[in-house]
Amino acid sequence: MNGILFGSQYFGAALTIGAFMVGRVLQKKTGFVLFNPILVGVAICIAVLKVFDIDYEAYNHGAQFVSYFLNIATISLAILLYEQLTVLKKNFLAIIIGISSGVLASVASVLALSIMFGFTHQEFVTMLPHSITTAMGMALSEEYEGYVSVTVAGIVITGILGNVIAVPALKLFRITDPVAKGIAIGTSSHALGTAKALEIGEVEGAMSGLSIAVAGLITVIAMAVFSGIY
Amino acid sequence: MKYIPQYLIILTIGFAAEIMNAVIPAPVPACIYGIIILFILLCSGILKLDHIKESARFLIDVQPVMFIPAGVGLIVIWSEVKDSVLFYLAVCVVSTVFTILVAGWVTQIVIKRRKKS
Repeated sequence: MNGILFGSQYFGAALTIGAFMVGRVLQKKTGFVLFNPILVGVAICIAVLKVFDIDYEAYNHGAQFVSYFLNIATISLAILLYEQLTVLKKNFLAIIIGISSGVLASVASVLALSIMFGFTHQEFVTMLPHSITTAMGMALSEEYEGYVSVTVAGIVITGILGNVIAVPALKLFRITDPVAKGIAIGTSSHALGTAKALEIGEVEGAMSGLSIAVAGLITVIAMAVFSGIY
Repeated sequence: MKYIPQYLIILTIGFAAEIMNAVIPAPVPACIYGIIILFILLCSGILKLDHIKESARFLIDVQPVMFIPAGVGLIVIWSEVKDSVLFYLAVCVVSTVFTILVAGWVTQIVIKRRKKS
């Protein structure tokens, strides 16, 4: 089985997109929030690999091409920001203050929990960049000598979490302003959350996309300060 | 033919961002430089939205699928992280909810204050 699959350029890609589509159909039919296409897609792929005893390498041989344009897709989010330039200018102060306080909330809560759980310094810096975009969080984890693979997992889980809980959490906290919604989602759960923000509305999506970049940059500074504390 | 020149532009920006990432000694990933470059090019009018619109929208549309392979990668590191996994999960949950709350509330308060004044 692995012999054929290792040579296949299409198996991993087809499985990934197929699993995503199953998630989409499930979500459309049921409207159930946990049937997030990414969450369902990951679960189906893992289940298939486990049941048929397929190596991750054999899967990723094809699946890596699905993610091949991830960086330029993230760069493309700039057009959403540009299209919302007037909204951005009008709310500039709120955006900068909002994102900065969100980043501070993220790193401060990681610090508090790390002390509570008795994390090592390495485990602490591993989780510090968990709210920001994968490419940037990985680089930061490497820079501060964290467990890079765990950081990646933490970022993906945070993104899926944000994608799943953003709508009910915003409702619970009575955050109704579209700009505030987008900033809360993008600052807490990067591009994965932004996928949800784009579903809610264009202003939310643009603000969330903008928050990925700004929150990432502010986190670079925040990590320089916070990594020295614990 | 419109997709090919559009992809050329976006890929070139991606390449320029990679160069900046390699040359500038800061832990800033390439895609962040890329967002800044593309945003500045659009704001300055050097690049028109029409030059990249369709391809950029396509990439944004399909982006959710791109995160699945990374998520599936969890099975590779599972044995390494499974002992601390509940602690890591607790950090993710608490920190994410807290960040949504603080970022959302602070932004909303600042906007409401500005509207009043």
